[in-house]
Amino acid sequence: METSFAITGKGYTIVASDTTAARSIVKMKVDEDRIKVLSSHLLMACSGEPGDTIQFSEFVERNIRLFQIRNNYSLKPSAAAAWIRRSLAQSLRSRKPYSVNLLLGGYDTTSHRPHLYWVDYLGTMTEVPFAAHGYGSYFVLSLLDKYHDPEAPLEEGLAVLKRCMDEVAKRLIVNPSAYKIKIVDKDGVREIEL
Amino acid sequence: MSIMEYNGGSVIAMVGKECVAIACDLRLGNQALGISSKFEKIFPVTDKLYVGLPGLATDVTTLKELFRYRVNMYTIKEEREIEPDTFAHLVSSTLYERRFGPYFIEPVMAGISTTPGGKVKPFIAATDLIGCLNFAKDFVVAGTASSKLFGVAEGLWEPDLEPEDLFETISQTMLNAVDRDAYSGWGTMVYVITKDKVIQRTLKGRMD
Repeated sequence: METSFAITGKGYTIVASDTTAARSIVKMKVDEDRIKVLSSHLLMACSGEPGDTIQFSEFVERNIRLFQIRNNYSLKPSAAAAWIRRSLAQSLRSRKPYSVNLLLGGYDTTSHRPHLYWVDYLGTMTEVPFAAHGYGSYFVLSLLDKYHDPEAPLEEGLAVLKRCMDEVAKRLIVNPSAYKIKIVDKDGVREIEL
Repeated sequence: MSIMEYNGGSVIAMVGKECVAIACDLRLGNQALGISSKFEKIFPVTDKLYVGLPGLATDVTTLKELFRYRVNMYTIKEEREIEPDTFAHLVSSTLYERRFGPYFIEPVMAGISTTPGGKVKPFIAATDLIGCLNFAKDFVVAGTASSKLFGVAEGLWEPDLEPEDLFETISQTMLNAVDRDAYSGWGTMVYVITKDKVIQRTLKGRMD
């Protein structure tokens, strides 16, 4: 199962997700980008049922864009998260619910604060300083309990992120081969290599 | 694995002398894995009425939003704030609407109402997940630590407690009960509602 995690720091949110697309015991793809850029300051890492993740993330992406076109401003991270949560909660009680777990990282350009939301397929949402989904979460969350600092500059944040990836590589039996890492801060979204 | 114990969390409400108190824990988990220690389960309805929603976390948010909507509609239509006992029936009928596919929440309410004569009437109530009301005169509990909360509250609670004593009673009940429950804890939030103010305090708890 895929692993994704995210941390907030001083003026930024980093979202990382592994890039393997597996089916049963077979690796189908090793460069899958699971982190969708929803708007200039909003990122969404999706994991779960392969078809659902793509369908749902594109649905969200287009609705966020539609709001932007209609109103000439984009949703704040908190508002976008609330809308996405509601979509999942409504889907849960439908005939075929989306099976998608999300990490929403954003930067609020009005209050100049980074935000991170942990959302699961049931529509459970909570704002957290750091978050993880998948089997990697069992290692990463306890590691971040010790090393995460919400006031850390970007270099330190990336160093902690590296520790997380190393820990997953060391302890998880099927270790992910590569990660896609994206940062959102006051300048918007950018992808980096670690 | 029960759906009511999937995310964990507990709420308790108590009656005092011309005051009431309501408290919740702050844990959000995925079974045994803790996700957040800032997940509040108590929400204001009016400035003298609070509702606690322990149970499945997705429904905590959904019902919080649904009750906010329905109370706002009530306030606009009636041009007055909702009374605690009226709100209890609103909660009950909202849950019973979903009788055969329920919201997995057991709401707890605490508030005070003032009679036309100026007498202060404390009010607490709880329902099960399909809206069966329980109007208690002493205390009500709900959530994964409910069995432990019953025991501790039974031992500590006494009638006619003043606001500060009621705060101490509900805090000690909550802190000690959630320490015996793996799915609740990670901090506590307490509201004491009196006729002229609401005291809100966040308590530190064991983080294991």
